[in-house]
Amino acid sequence: MPEPCRPDSKPHRFFLNMGPQHPSTHGVLRVILEMDGEYVVDPQPVLGYGHRMHEKMAECRPWPQFLPNTGRMDYAAALPYNHGYVALIERLAGIEVPLRAEYIRVITSELNRIASHLLWFGALLLDLGAFTPILYSFDDREQILDILEDITGSRLTYCYFRVGGVSKDIDDKFVERTRAFIKRLRGRFPMYEKLVNGNIIFIKRVEDIGIIDADMCRRYGATGPVIRGAGVPYDIRKSEPYSVYPEFDFEIPVGSKGDSMDRFLVRFQEMEQSLRIIEQALDKLPEGPFMAKVPKKLKLPAGDANFSVEAARGELAYYLISDGSDVPYRLKIRVPSYSNLSLLPEMCRGMLLSDLVAAMGSLDLVIPEIDR
Amino acid sequence: MKNNGYFKELFVGAKSLLVGLGVTFKAFTQPIVTVQYPREKLEITPNYRGHIELVRDPETGECPCIVCGMCARTCPCGCITVKGEKKEGEKRKSLTVFQLDFTKCSLCGLCVESCPKAAIDFSQDYNIAGFTREEFHYDLIKRLEERG
Repeated sequence: MPEPCRPDSKPHRFFLNMGPQHPSTHGVLRVILEMDGEYVVDPQPVLGYGHRMHEKMAECRPWPQFLPNTGRMDYAAALPYNHGYVALIERLAGIEVPLRAEYIRVITSELNRIASHLLWFGALLLDLGAFTPILYSFDDREQILDILEDITGSRLTYCYFRVGGVSKDIDDKFVERTRAFIKRLRGRFPMYEKLVNGNIIFIKRVEDIGIIDADMCRRYGATGPVIRGAGVPYDIRKSEPYSVYPEFDFEIPVGSKGDSMDRFLVRFQEMEQSLRIIEQALDKLPEGPFMAKVPKKLKLPAGDANFSVEAARGELAYYLISDGSDVPYRLKIRVPSYSNLSLLPEMCRGMLLSDLVAAMGSLDLVIPEIDR
Repeated sequence: MKNNGYFKELFVGAKSLLVGLGVTFKAFTQPIVTVQYPREKLEITPNYRGHIELVRDPETGECPCIVCGMCARTCPCGCITVKGEKKEGEKRKSLTVFQLDFTKCSLCGLCVESCPKAAIDFSQDYNIAGFTREEFHYDLIKRLEERG
């Protein structure tokens, strides 16, 4: 912690509200900052501005009607959320999913993960004051949205996966466009590296800022690129494999120091790994049905089940208790951003205000997911 | 010299900025990728999931809706109202009211999947704006007749 600018200066402390409408809180997050000059003494996040009672909604409607809600929690990467929910119902009801459907799910989820990381990449740099990179990253992200729009029908809040498969089969056009996109994005990475990763201003803003060690991540339950940036290769796709992920060869990028730069690099390398997964999945894509035979009125057997997936921001877990009817008794959703946000007070104590923006941006928070 | 690292950093830093500027300059000379939206419009994909519309059966030219109410029951938002009556001399119910409250619709598409007669489909409308709420209460039967 740096020396406070006035060591004996209790009366000079003041409070500053960051948010709920602040460009770098990306949504309606409010952080009450106790300041000592330019230094943050105590940042306290305030939640609840965007609360929509998603968990309660799940308790008062038949389970298929909750599907559109899942895409509206983390709108930047909706497909892993879809995936977790349908896989949970499949586990509880014991439904086998055709192999082709699982491949389609993996391909589209990974595309969505890249789109989410590109959005984060642009938004983080926008927070740091660089306007140009977001235009380039949105150019690439736009390609993914076009590909996914053609197959899912919507651009952001997808509702594409169904219990037993997916709602629509992919065609040759999709495969062709996705392959073209993989080639395109691989060609763009060196450009991003030149523009951003080597830039001295960027390096000075993120290096050694917001250091989180593995122990702190475990204490707060932080997951995803945050814990991987701290050097722990914890990824649900490897540690608790679901769907057809075990069939693919990919690596889990990890950082060494756990600072904002490491988290940046981890996400950057994750995009490359996602491209690898998509490429392998397209090569191996099996023929067959894309939807299993599911009874039209499927009642959930009494009991409970949980399912966790690796969303773009970390571990997403659903836990459902059923009393035997088609309305769930309770649905608990564990979202990654909530735990990642809880790191903020400890991580940012004693930091400069401008560094807090960089550190918070590197956590990649999506507020509607926290206030679900 | 003690300041060796300092000057090296100055040099490397300045070079990194110039490299970045080179990237932007290269992009500057390339063709424009943005679409000037109100003046230019992109073709929307035929798979686009807009709000729902009633469709005609290509053989009979009539709407195949049988007023089963599956769409209204499946809708998570309760935005569909369907009513029908049995006219004399007809076997099935005929449709009298099909209202969509688009202010509540979440565009999930569950209604289209649930329809046993494929009487509803997604519309291609995406430029939707209005001044009052009532403008989004669509009478789909009227819209079907207007389309001819």
